[in-house]
Amino acid sequence: MKPIIELNNLTFKYQRTDARPALEDVSLSINQGEWVAIIGHNGSGKSTLAKTINGLLLPESGSVKVGSKELNEENIWSVRKMVGMVFQNPDNQFVGATVEDDVAFGMENQGVPRDEMIERVKNALEQVRMSEFATKEPVRLSGGQKQRVAIAGVVALRPDIIILDEATSMLDPEGREEVIATIKKIKEENNLTVLSITHDIDEAANANRVLVMRQGQLVDEGTPEKIFSAGPKLVEMGLDLPFPEKLKQSLKQRGVDVPQNYLTEEGMVDWLWTSILKK
Amino acid sequence: MMNKLILGRYIPGDSLIHRLDPRTKLLMSFYFIGIIFFANNWQSYLFLSVFTLFCVFLSKVDFGFFLRGVRPLLWLILFTVALQMFFTSGGQIYWQWGIFRLTEYGVQNGIFIFCRFVLIIFMSTLLTLTTPPLELSDAIEYILRPLKAIKFPVHEISLMLSIALRFVPTLMDETEKIMNAQRARGVDFGEGNLVQKMKAVVPLLIPLFVSSFNRADDLATAMEARGYQGGEGRSKYRVLHWHTRDTITVIVYVFVTVGLIYLRN
Repeated sequence: MKPIIELNNLTFKYQRTDARPALEDVSLSINQGEWVAIIGHNGSGKSTLAKTINGLLLPESGSVKVGSKELNEENIWSVRKMVGMVFQNPDNQFVGATVEDDVAFGMENQGVPRDEMIERVKNALEQVRMSEFATKEPVRLSGGQKQRVAIAGVVALRPDIIILDEATSMLDPEGREEVIATIKKIKEENNLTVLSITHDIDEAANANRVLVMRQGQLVDEGTPEKIFSAGPKLVEMGLDLPFPEKLKQSLKQRGVDVPQNYLTEEGMVDWLWTSILKK
Repeated sequence: MMNKLILGRYIPGDSLIHRLDPRTKLLMSFYFIGIIFFANNWQSYLFLSVFTLFCVFLSKVDFGFFLRGVRPLLWLILFTVALQMFFTSGGQIYWQWGIFRLTEYGVQNGIFIFCRFVLIIFMSTLLTLTTPPLELSDAIEYILRPLKAIKFPVHEISLMLSIALRFVPTLMDETEKIMNAQRARGVDFGEGNLVQKMKAVVPLLIPLFVSSFNRADDLATAMEARGYQGGEGRSKYRVLHWHTRDTITVIVYVFVTVGLIYLRN
């Protein structure tokens, strides 16, 4: 496994006079093909971190390495070719007047010839199951559909890394599931690296690794199982409790002796029926 | 409020006029407005009216839309016609009162001006009713292209146009939402005297401005993240195609011009 993103001692301030930097001495590395979730409170620096990776923000000190290149002002555009980003608000990142125009926008920027664009737009829309909406305008789409179009726009560019900057936070539960399933599928098919910034428990549960940020610093990291077993502390970290954890807590309050380690929903079901049978 | 406005509305359809290249439609609409000033007798006006009505018929759009297109300009038309009627001298005098004088030439000029107004409005309404705004902006970009030679920012203007068009419905929705939200807090829109009405607009306009700037910021970030660096080295996904029907339209216009010159005095 070779690292595709490396951050070394990254520090960033929005204003020189800010008392506390938005990012303070952050170092991390992400391997190719990994799905990493970054969680943390509002204002913990998650989004800032995402923006430093493709050069939308330039760090004050420290270095960002994407692929094997160190990000600087000269290679910023070639780095952006490797990194596709899906943002929070589905309305505000829709550039094109119709779905296909929007998917094509990134390719137009790279000067992809038109015949190839038509092909790639078609494929990308198929991958996110939006083909029948190709000529629709953004006002006619739901939030989840707009996010899927944004993902198609990223997929059509064939990046190595997809960054989801709270891409599901403005969607309803259905839209959220749709978008996560789409990303999951595309990640498997194209062997992408996914970096998702999220408050959403399901999104974090899908990750290979979870990073926890607090006040601009990286405070914890581990597998979702390890992070989720922190129990009630999760809420402080900026995540909701997963449903099995909530159930465990309610059972605990009623005096039931529950296992300490994290259980998935399936694990919880297994544990429940075995413990009922034992009685 | 917005639904009554015909100007700039597009009615989807699949008629011959709908399928014409937007460049043809745009150029020919301007051309029509140019040649209408050549008409100077009732034969030539009749000829142009028949031609316009034929185009309207071809578009298969409900005639009511065209009449509604005239409505916002009705007062301007009546005012101009009245001026022409009462202040043109010459020919037989029908009626006179002080400086007002109704003459033969005056009546004739009034009717001509009226026809001219209505025909121009019909033609421009036809253009917007049958052309999606997006195609119109493509056409404008294409037509402006030669201006690149004098360093006119054609790509930037056309991107601005298409982003503006894409955000019109979004901002309309937003306006509606803000209005409702402010109504829920007791703001009365369109009530009271002029000053009160204007004051009521403030809680609508300020949030709208702020959110537009926020949107612009988000959009710019998203565009940059997708590799936008300006017009250089960009390819185009949307391409306009010139068909035989467009050539035919141009030929028809040539005949109309010839006919018009033949009919005028």
